[in-house]
Amino acid sequence: MSYIPNTDADRAAMLKAIGVNNVDELFRDVPEALRYPELRLPAPLSEMEILRELREISEYNVDLERAPCFLGAGAYRHFVPSVVGHIIGRSEFYTAYTPYQPEISQGTLQSIFEYQSMICALTGMDVANASHYDGATALAEAVLMAVNVSRGKRRRVVLSAGVHPEYRAVVHTYTQGMGVSIVGEREDPLATEKLADMVDANTACVIVQNPNFLGYLEDPAALRTLAEVAHGKGALLVVSADPISLGLFAPPADYGADIVCGEGQALGGGLNFGGPYLGFFACKQEYVHKMAGRIVGQTVDRNGQRGFVLTLSAREQHIRREKATSNICSNEALMALAAAVYLAAMGKTGLRKVAELCYHKAHYAAQRLSGLPDYHLVSQKPFFKEFALHCPRPVDEINEYLLDEWGIIGGYDLGKDYPHLANTMLVCVTEMNTREEIDLLVEALSPDSSVRENEQWKSDEEVAA
Amino acid sequence: MKEALIYEISSPGRIAVNLPACDVPTTPLPEGYLRKDLPLPEVSEVDLVRHYVRLSQLNYAVDTGFYPLGSCTMKYNPKVNEEAAKLPGFVHTHPYQAPDTVQGNLFLMYQLQEFLKEISGFASVSLQPAAGAHGELAGVLMIRAYHESRGDHKRTRMLIPDSAHGTNPASTTMAGYETVKISSDARGNVDLEELRAHCDDTVAGLMLTNPNTLGLFDEHVQEIAWLIHECGGLLYGDGANLNAIMGIVKPAQLGFDVMHFNLHKTFSTPHGGGGPGAGPVGANEVLAPFLPGPIVVKERVEEESDEWGDEEELYYYHWQMPPSSIGRLKAFYGNFGVCVKAYTYIRMLGADGLLQVSENAVLNANYLLSRLKGTYPLPYDRTCMHEFVLSGRLPDAPDVHTIDIAKRLMDFGFHPPTIYFPLIVPEALMIEPTETESKETLDAFADALIQIAHEAKTNPELLHGAPHVAPVARLDEVLAARRPVLQCLK
Repeated sequence: MSYIPNTDADRAAMLKAIGVNNVDELFRDVPEALRYPELRLPAPLSEMEILRELREISEYNVDLERAPCFLGAGAYRHFVPSVVGHIIGRSEFYTAYTPYQPEISQGTLQSIFEYQSMICALTGMDVANASHYDGATALAEAVLMAVNVSRGKRRRVVLSAGVHPEYRAVVHTYTQGMGVSIVGEREDPLATEKLADMVDANTACVIVQNPNFLGYLEDPAALRTLAEVAHGKGALLVVSADPISLGLFAPPADYGADIVCGEGQALGGGLNFGGPYLGFFACKQEYVHKMAGRIVGQTVDRNGQRGFVLTLSAREQHIRREKATSNICSNEALMALAAAVYLAAMGKTGLRKVAELCYHKAHYAAQRLSGLPDYHLVSQKPFFKEFALHCPRPVDEINEYLLDEWGIIGGYDLGKDYPHLANTMLVCVTEMNTREEIDLLVEALSPDSSVRENEQWKSDEEVAA
Repeated sequence: MKEALIYEISSPGRIAVNLPACDVPTTPLPEGYLRKDLPLPEVSEVDLVRHYVRLSQLNYAVDTGFYPLGSCTMKYNPKVNEEAAKLPGFVHTHPYQAPDTVQGNLFLMYQLQEFLKEISGFASVSLQPAAGAHGELAGVLMIRAYHESRGDHKRTRMLIPDSAHGTNPASTTMAGYETVKISSDARGNVDLEELRAHCDDTVAGLMLTNPNTLGLFDEHVQEIAWLIHECGGLLYGDGANLNAIMGIVKPAQLGFDVMHFNLHKTFSTPHGGGGPGAGPVGANEVLAPFLPGPIVVKERVEEESDEWGDEEELYYYHWQMPPSSIGRLKAFYGNFGVCVKAYTYIRMLGADGLLQVSENAVLNANYLLSRLKGTYPLPYDRTCMHEFVLSGRLPDAPDVHTIDIAKRLMDFGFHPPTIYFPLIVPEALMIEPTETESKETLDAFADALIQIAHEAKTNPELLHGAPHVAPVARLDEVLAARRPVLQCLK
């Protein structure tokens, strides 16, 4: 099954029109000795068979619909309203091409314009692009942009250890050919104020994450001070932000951010084992010509009717080639559409409500867990939906126990990335975690909980009895 | 036909979701941390749905019609792929789950790595890049890392043909190299003499698309590979045009050292209005250690024989960083949801199916070319591969440009081909039919283009004023750039 409509009759007619006897003749330019290699691939399957096989493969996984999950660390189990799937599932959206021919792409273009507007609303920035691949590459592009803003003169980046370890790795990968020096990663991830001392006249940008990788909220006043120091030395402030947190907490524009970027997966995107995700990116008006990625702008047509087009293309690879702001071409357009539908569906009050649910549930969990003997929070700083919990045993041991005995997926092992945080679990609680799930986690980690095999959850009444 | 902005249909107090009440005791919010206002829309579900459904109806899409876009490979997107990617066992998995709990995902990714290796002839594949350009960046960084690892710091230049896609030089710049343009010759091949003259020990490599953006298979591709290797450089392959050669030739055997794939082109995953795609990268033994990671590896698990006394082959799949990896190119592993669709496609087609894809793609293109070459100027009169380039410079219609032809095609119900690319053909029209279009569609498209050529002579105003039947008339792109309005809140 190759989705090819051509019949033998079609092929014969076409060969005749071309003036050759068979298809092989069309491949004359291919070196003869190398032509028609054997491809050792599995025998083809029918649709029925492939679906059966894929279902079997997928059932080798533990999926989170069937296991309470306290794992976050940059990918989150948030609620996806039903409308999102129905809109992005419309083939007028998902089988459309990039809207380079705007007259017949107004659906894509207007929906991205609205997405850009909503990202500006969330972040407080003046302009947003149509997406990057994910939060990590969006951050890497922010670094490239900051260097570019300085016309290549500034090659130093102050990067907080509180930024997601994989994001920091991607920044290193992207800058390996650029002679950029990156400082700050060896400091305490919770000591953001130390970053100010590292800013000098050669610094292109200072980067913080808010909430940081350990889940803690940065104090807006402290960030405002950091921004002032950075700006005083001619550097930009880049903030990598959790978009759900922006439903409740101060937009980075309030404390002096020049660029705001981050992972938009939480906005209507499923977990999907790490991708496709969504890098959102926004900046202040004065930097728009250095911003990478596609941008949709409003205009009019010949009849004076409002319409939308891709614009400021002189920044992009298809126009500027080696002088482009970035090489980015394909982006995450459909995930941006999902985010727009999510944000429009939630709206002003809904997004705040989701954030509040995350906040209260995470704090309930933190309070109950830190009440267990030998468990304590690493810091008393305010946090959002994740917190660092010091544990009496290695995190992977605890997680194996939680999964095998209780069917619970535990949190992230911070010791992998921060040597001083061995035996420390990053626990994530979102609006999707019920009180019962949180109580079950607490019960599982309680000293008097017995090791159980294949038992169902106890109801509140049974526990109370 | 104007659709209001989502903000224009908002009204305070409306919401399109309902959320459960908080089931835990509340904790006071930290003062001084909160935002004052959140200017998001407020709409009911019915208005939300109507807004987006109506917007969708303004779009052209593969599911509504033909996109003859050169180098985009706008083939049909099979619906079974969409079903596959929606399986809950795939969707509801977190990238940081212990490998034991996601063996299904790891198995699928491993298999896809293996399939792409087999199709291309490369030794190793990374699925991490999220798009073709991302894969290109990987490839160029790998070449750089290779030279650095050998203490060879003199190589500062990357050779790139003048027909290359803009992402090639852009990726080169991001990797810190200087782009050196190599001309194409009169037959549309890379100019061998010019290439030879540039090959020295300051050259990191050459980025080559083959078949190229003219739709032509380079008649000297093996010699090109030899020249680059001879001077110590490496050969990067832009795999955007792989649809022409699956089962016809393996790029690694032609001499490419590293190549990216476009799953959203060759392997039928949908374009999504601009993304998500996926740009896996394959490498030979020389460059495999430098691949971006992590990649999936497998190890044999010792297992007793089963109840029938047969020994099963059991493997454990897990992550591994290639030994000299250029590093991570993004967080997590790659666009897994897109990989599922490509996996499904390859499993349904098999080796024979993929060969038929390439044969029919090339047949369709040559047929379309035979119908059009008498009407539009053809700069390179050779057998084409899966695409070909014409010029919109019609001899007896000097006031008509390719942009007018493109816009007029919309009135016939077709998306225009790629226009003004490659740069080496003035007023270029790059046409790629793919293998999933019927002969009737190809004939209708050819008829339309022939009619438009006639109109260009007899009634050029029809072209200058096009499109006439689209949801909007021709849009003012100059105004959009001169006075940018990039969001609706200000």
